[in-house]
Amino acid sequence: MTVGNVFFVVASLVALFGALMTIASRSPIRSAVGLLITIVGIAALFLMLNAQFLAAIQLIVYAGAVVVLFVFVIMLLGPDAGDGEGTVVRARVARYGAGAFFLLLAAATAHLVSYAGLTPTRFKVAPPGHGSVEGIGTLLFNHMVIPFELATALLIVAVVGAIAVARGKPHVRRESKSASPTARMFHGPLMARDAQRPLPTKAERAAKAAGGV
Amino acid sequence: MSTIGYFVEQYVVLAGALFTLGCIGFLVRRNVLVQLMSIELMLNAVNLMLVAFNRQHSADLNGQVFAFFIIAVAAAEVAVGLAIVLAFYRLKSSVQSDEADQLRH
Repeated sequence: MTVGNVFFVVASLVALFGALMTIASRSPIRSAVGLLITIVGIAALFLMLNAQFLAAIQLIVYAGAVVVLFVFVIMLLGPDAGDGEGTVVRARVARYGAGAFFLLLAAATAHLVSYAGLTPTRFKVAPPGHGSVEGIGTLLFNHMVIPFELATALLIVAVVGAIAVARGKPHVRRESKSASPTARMFHGPLMARDAQRPLPTKAERAAKAAGGV
Repeated sequence: MSTIGYFVEQYVVLAGALFTLGCIGFLVRRNVLVQLMSIELMLNAVNLMLVAFNRQHSADLNGQVFAFFIIAVAAAEVAVGLAIVLAFYRLKSSVQSDEADQLRH
């Protein structure tokens, strides 16, 4: 066993453990941590595959941005981010059946491939500079300039779209039964003198809204 | 005799296992957040596969640049997806995917 063997085994076990933790945890924050572990393991495997630049990008973009975004949203949602109690039994049967069916398909594929009699192909020696920042930059800015610029356009549009979708419209917000304690605290007249005045009826409010514009 | 980690098939098996786990997570879980994380798992598995095959056919770096673009698209997808989760939560006060049945009724 060389250092490379140990590195591969440890990194792949870490990635698999993180993936299992992602899909099997009850609490979504643990799932996010599992995703982080998987990402770190895959970044280590990228290092072993002569992809130093991608390993850095993987850590910066996934571990630095994507997982943090997930954690932000989980924190924002609070206890509601967890699993609710399932009510429909048929839906649960369908979900687990679909999962088991896909697992069966994957196992059958692996079984068939293992009987194909292929000889394992060992990696050839990589040319010098394979996966370096210079190599990727040269390819990216010579042959793939247009996809690169399209990716930047996609990112800016995605940011604008995310803001537009997540902000919502404040006046559409319904008076839900599960208003937050802060909202309930400030419900009602702000000033003490307003408590004496009778509230306008619905017809009066409609007339004011119709005539006041 | 160093055999582990120097053959392309081992990376293919690992990427297949990660993709399978992600797909099962997407199918079985009904928490939208966990489903999005499962999609990230699948994208990561495909990235690993692309980089491993590019290491095998190392005349150019097309596979790694493909993985780079996949990472960019995944970042955009997560931003929009989480915004949709927030809007959905505002509508339903829940993040369970089987609550999203507006189009059914």
